[in-house]
Amino acid sequence: MKPRFILSLPAFALATAIGGGDAMAGKANDTLVWTTDRDQAVADPFYNNTRELVIIGNTVWDGLLYRDPVTGQYKPLLAKSFKWLNTTSIEFELRDDVVFHNGSKFGADDVVYTINYVSNKDNGVLTWQNVKWMKNAAKIGVNKVRIDLHEPFPAALAYFAQAIFMMPKGHYDKAPCMIKADPAKKDAEMEKKVAELAKQGKCVDNKRDIGAVHPVGTGPYKIDKIIAGDRIIMSKNAKYFAGAKEKPKIGNLVFRTIKEKNTQIAELLTGGVDWIWDVPKDQAEKLEGKVQVVNANTFRVSYIQFDVNGGSGQTFFKDKRVREAVAHAINRDSIAKNLVGAPSKVIHSACHPEQFGCTQDVPKWAYDPAKAKKLLAEAGHPNGFSVDLYAYRERHYTEAVIGDLAKVGIKANLKFMQFRALRDLVWKNQTPVNQMTWGSNSIPDVSAITSHFFSGGRDDFAKDPDVIKWLRTADTSVDAKVREENYKKALARISGELYWLPMFTYAKYYAWAKDLDFKVTSDEIPQFNTAKWK
Amino acid sequence: MLIYACKRLGVAVLVAVAVSLLTFSLIYLSGDPAMALAGEAATQQDIEYIRKFYGYDRPLAVQYADWLTKALTGNFGYSHYLRQDVAEIIFSRLPVTMILGACALVFALTLSIPLGVVAAMRPNTMIDRFALTLAVVGQALPSFWFALILIFWFGIVWRLLPISGTETWLNFIMPSVALGYYVTPAVMRLTRAGMLEVLASDYIRTARAKGLRPPVVLFKHALRNAVIPVVSLAAVQFGFMLGGSIVIETIFAINGLGYLAWESIQRGDLPVMQAIVLILACFYIVLTYLADMLNAFLDPRIRVT
Repeated sequence: MKPRFILSLPAFALATAIGGGDAMAGKANDTLVWTTDRDQAVADPFYNNTRELVIIGNTVWDGLLYRDPVTGQYKPLLAKSFKWLNTTSIEFELRDDVVFHNGSKFGADDVVYTINYVSNKDNGVLTWQNVKWMKNAAKIGVNKVRIDLHEPFPAALAYFAQAIFMMPKGHYDKAPCMIKADPAKKDAEMEKKVAELAKQGKCVDNKRDIGAVHPVGTGPYKIDKIIAGDRIIMSKNAKYFAGAKEKPKIGNLVFRTIKEKNTQIAELLTGGVDWIWDVPKDQAEKLEGKVQVVNANTFRVSYIQFDVNGGSGQTFFKDKRVREAVAHAINRDSIAKNLVGAPSKVIHSACHPEQFGCTQDVPKWAYDPAKAKKLLAEAGHPNGFSVDLYAYRERHYTEAVIGDLAKVGIKANLKFMQFRALRDLVWKNQTPVNQMTWGSNSIPDVSAITSHFFSGGRDDFAKDPDVIKWLRTADTSVDAKVREENYKKALARISGELYWLPMFTYAKYYAWAKDLDFKVTSDEIPQFNTAKWK
Repeated sequence: MLIYACKRLGVAVLVAVAVSLLTFSLIYLSGDPAMALAGEAATQQDIEYIRKFYGYDRPLAVQYADWLTKALTGNFGYSHYLRQDVAEIIFSRLPVTMILGACALVFALTLSIPLGVVAAMRPNTMIDRFALTLAVVGQALPSFWFALILIFWFGIVWRLLPISGTETWLNFIMPSVALGYYVTPAVMRLTRAGMLEVLASDYIRTARAKGLRPPVVLFKHALRNAVIPVVSLAAVQFGFMLGGSIVIETIFAINGLGYLAWESIQRGDLPVMQAIVLILACFYIVLTYLADMLNAFLDPRIRVT
């Protein structure tokens, strides 16, 4: 008996370890499989801060508003209409024909619950930066809610459209507590505390296992199954309401994680997956003809940040002439065109041109290596100097920068590291110069980038009081003209003084199956509900 | 033997503690876990809030002591990213990695032992040279590159095997070959060397003189003795393959422990990283310990030194 049992173990392990082969990709199975390189164990847009969950968030859930990716206009989605009551209060009238995936009717109570839950600091929402500006919500009618803000926040509409999704009332209360009393430890005090909180429906330290609650939204697709770290299986919400967001066309949608880009490409070529993105330029060019390939703009920008206060100990960039020399030395046009790809554009201000308030009418720095050398000589560096240049992504872009700097005598030693390690150094003011990027969470407003970096925080090496004042005025005004004027002043100062050298917008290669009809949008949020088979 | 076993056990425990301490320190040196959790767009205040909420504001020594005490009872903590119990996550991923490691080991042994035997039977012939070439190539070829070559031919050009995932047993063929091939040279060379030594020994000459049939001499008398060190090497290599499957699991999108390790490093998921490193280190330590014991049992001289 024993040997037979032992022999059966591997077979059992194999059977349990190997999945059931849930859904095959392609038109024949009416299943669109899309893949990226990051796994998603928790399918909740408030407790997962990856780009994939921004996409899944917009696919499975709905916001009160919707941003039309083509026109950039905000339209009501779960709301019928909205109006600003004053600079810190918005009133929403809600639709009455929306149901959640679990069959419950959507209404004001759900909005009030969601807003009050996520804006409560004690609930540990991971996308805190997306919700912290909201104070609370109150039901003011059968289908009416008022949402109050801590202070005027003109970018609120963008967040209501792209980052704040509605959950059914009581959704998170179903999550089991993370901290439980352990009977083996015989900790009477802890047992008492857990029991008392349980009576009130609360958990110790408010810590809940959010991943244990099945995701429920109102969006065009509903989540059927999550295989942690491997895939999320979704199907069409047949009862999706006729609103600003298009009804889904394809029956099933599967998100798969495949870490290795070559494997993603191999799967796309052999029909294992239907849609991939972030394809390197050289590989994308080779894929042309075999699958559909599109290179599109994104909201991400590249910039060079200088240690203008000399805190890093390498004080070259305190001298504006040196910063100007760098600006004239780098051939940004060539990097954008040859390395990033055609849609990429050189930018002159510290924001993305498609963001509200992002004027390009600021001082510009043309490629002029001779002038760069002259400026270096004037600054006391006729033979150049050696400096550490920090970066964390697209190493080849930074290597191109290093090549250009070498031509004018600046020897830049590349320090390439992970984002969180580099950001730590930046915040400690230990980097003399670094090439960074910023995606603004796809929020089409300057406050998501310029205000983030130049409002006097740890990212702000310049701490220019005028810039801080102008940004503060623009960020808290609901008058579009006032905002634009003040953003322009701030952006002109930043570019003029070269606190940053804005570099270029990022472009991204998408590739998808030949029989898939898919349209790319510039907000980097693929709309799978609009995709269909040819 | 008992004293030797206790000494080795003491060393093994020290190595495990040192590994856990080193991992803990290195992970912190690579960046702030609160920052990774908070995401790219988080401000300093957001990160401070996340740090406090998830307990990363406590002194490092306290965090380490807390983690180690719980780990000894099998409680590896909670993944704030995956929002799941770490032990649950790891034991859900472990079977796939074990299957992959076992399949790779079977492939490696199936290829290398017969090749090693044949090479020893015909030293310095074409077949010996072929086996040597295979060994050198196996040692020199980076596993990721070999894996991509397999995908290209068997997945894309001939479409014989699935490229990624773990849906069927066919999904395990390419990863097992890619992982196992790297181990093949060491096993083959050890088999060859062992067989050469045994075949030249007196008792084999005697067996042949007694008129025993060549297959009986080869398999019953020679191979049984020559293969003993191979068994202990295979045990250690199995540990290596469990830890070394990170690259292979990543390429073939196999949702195992190696893949989980890679993901956890990327997102700074501290509790998962610590647990994986500790568990893999413990596997390696236990297998090495068992190999040491086996060798000491077979060769009493080892116990003295």
